[in-house]
Amino acid sequence: MKTILKLMTLILALTMFSCFNNKETEYANTEDIPVNREMLAELTSPPNVPTPIGRRKAKKLIVKMEILEKVGEMTDGVEYMYWTFGGTVPGSFIRTRVGDEVEFHLQNHPDNKLPHNIDMHAVTGPGGGAESSFVAPGHEKVFSFKTLNPGLYVYHCATAPVGMHIANGMYGLILVEPEGGLPPVDKEYYIMQGDFYTKGANGERGLQPFDMQKAVDEKADYVVFNGKVGALTGDNAITAKVGETVRLFVGNGGPGLVSSFHVIGEIFDRVHVEGGDLINENVQTTLIPAGGAAMVEFRVDVPGTFIIVDHSIFRAFNKGALGMLKVEGEENKKIYSGEIRDDIYLPEGPGIQSMPTTDEVVASEIPAKSFEEQMEFGKNAYMQTCFACHQAEGQGIPNAFPPLANSDYLNADVDRAIGIVLRGKTGEITVNGEKYNSVMTRQMLSTDEIANVMTYVYNSWGNSKKVVTKEMVEKVKKSK
Amino acid sequence: MIKNQASRLLFVLLVFQTMLYAQSEGMVSIKGSRYLPLYGRDSTVVAVKDFEMDVYPITNSQYVDFIKKYPKWQKSKVISLFADKGYLVNWKSDTELKDSEKPNSPVTYVSWFAAKDYCECQGKRLPTIDEWEYVAMADKTTKDARVKPEYNAEILAWYEAPRTNENTIGLHPENFWGVHDLHGLVWEWTLDFNSVLISGESRKDVDKDNNLFCGSAAVNATDLMNYAAFMRYAIRGSLKAKYSMKNLGFRCVKDIPNEFNSSF
Repeated sequence: MKTILKLMTLILALTMFSCFNNKETEYANTEDIPVNREMLAELTSPPNVPTPIGRRKAKKLIVKMEILEKVGEMTDGVEYMYWTFGGTVPGSFIRTRVGDEVEFHLQNHPDNKLPHNIDMHAVTGPGGGAESSFVAPGHEKVFSFKTLNPGLYVYHCATAPVGMHIANGMYGLILVEPEGGLPPVDKEYYIMQGDFYTKGANGERGLQPFDMQKAVDEKADYVVFNGKVGALTGDNAITAKVGETVRLFVGNGGPGLVSSFHVIGEIFDRVHVEGGDLINENVQTTLIPAGGAAMVEFRVDVPGTFIIVDHSIFRAFNKGALGMLKVEGEENKKIYSGEIRDDIYLPEGPGIQSMPTTDEVVASEIPAKSFEEQMEFGKNAYMQTCFACHQAEGQGIPNAFPPLANSDYLNADVDRAIGIVLRGKTGEITVNGEKYNSVMTRQMLSTDEIANVMTYVYNSWGNSKKVVTKEMVEKVKKSK
Repeated sequence: MIKNQASRLLFVLLVFQTMLYAQSEGMVSIKGSRYLPLYGRDSTVVAVKDFEMDVYPITNSQYVDFIKKYPKWQKSKVISLFADKGYLVNWKSDTELKDSEKPNSPVTYVSWFAAKDYCECQGKRLPTIDEWEYVAMADKTTKDARVKPEYNAEILAWYEAPRTNENTIGLHPENFWGVHDLHGLVWEWTLDFNSVLISGESRKDVDKDNNLFCGSAAVNATDLMNYAAFMRYAIRGSLKAKYSMKNLGFRCVKDIPNEFNSSF
């Protein structure tokens, strides 16, 4: 009896061991990874990515990608004829794991003018699939490949003229996850940079054709993330919460320019350099070659808006390569205090809390004759003097400069408001329920100018529509 | 004086010669020559004989007439080897276009077999690539405008303009030869469209795969002229004879009998 028990335990142990062993089978050659079952691949438009592969086994993965030539918006008032994989620039994100057998269906929409194909850098084979996928409008080509190497790869059209097909937006990313998947993170996003060459200069309105000469010279009119100016700003910004780890799948379609990818105010904890296995830590700016990619991971520790740029910085501020990551959550003053004080720096010594000036301000030469003129002059003065802090729509800047739009503090007391413009203001005030503790210096404005600018402010952005006259300003001036 | 007489004689001879061969209706004669085709670094000079070419692409209404006369090309009767499922999808019946289609728009959604037969039934044939490209390299004033940037820019602009197949024929000005719409309306079938990839005649055999892909496009790609041509060769290379496409039509040409052919 005892021997039987022992034997059974042994058998049980053996089976358990073999089961365990089976699960962890490692293949010396990824080519040997078997596939079971078929699955239709989930494709996503930027900036979204499909669900991680997790622990799923290698499968026969069916990818259906439609090519669309369509007019889209490059920036306000500027349109461009984009050629796209899946209707977006960059094209749909494809997520696979190592060992998958991908059956790729490339569909060229009948309305399209041109034949296209796809060259995937994740493919081991001639042309990266380009030769097998060359497809006329109104047709579909099918080819298949096995993903042998994990990493993040670019795909693009490789039909002649190749440069033009890429310049018009025909690129995207395909991810090959390793066995067991990438380590889980809280947020994942898909960003791809591209440069565009238009007949008209940056901002020139209308449907802009592709400019071959500029493309050859690599003089881009637009350098953008996700196919257009503003694809990742404002309401389109990507988001995260304090404490979350963010992974960005960043690609560069080119065709011409190399990207110095940087997120202002963040340090990349980990970068899969060039999308491969090599991990670099604590990186400020990572270089992404045209036709290359990188996986960038970082934990967001403080709230705020983090600007995503190509640090070839004129591209960011003049050509469109600018995105935003908005992080919400509790502040952490230890990591980042925010502005503590704005003191006046005077090398001669402290004491004077105002901009150095004489008492005699030159009165503006032409006083306003009508309300309309007051508004016009007032707006000019506002844009020159007040705009930097209180902003174009009087919205101010949260936690720093109080709003003038719909402002209870402003509307409550005209004389107080005039006084602040005349003499400056220091110390805590409450505006629309928010506390502000900043410094406003006295302003170098004439009596007329103060009357105009205050009339402009009171008659804008939902304020009380008071008209401030020169006499009212004089009165406040004399009162102290 | 002698010189003057000689030129007068030449003039008379020229007039005489054109009168010898009556020009076909709706066609113009093209004077052949040798030229270097647009495409390919290993291209050699090709010779084109004199021929006649249709002034316009074949229109929807011309194709309606054809189909009534030759019912085997009606879409319910066509042999599937000769036309894919896209054949005449913009027709509501075997003999009627959809109401949205204009009679004088170029006929599209036709296969190479259908186009070839159409031309042959008129006593004509499809142009070869060399013939088509030869006529298409002219602009309004010159036989070979390929070096002019504006000529190429116009062609490239069409590639970016959507739904041009819905336009009618003749909106583009005639070129040097009096031919309209070679650029700017639809792609056109050529007799030997598939020689680009399949035949080794026009290029070295070893090059036949990569000429249209990465490698060759990178060579000489600074040349705007190549860009415009690349696209035409690319579309031809992507076709099969039974394909029918929204943006693909055709026109016919006719040989000029040898005794009247002055080129060779």
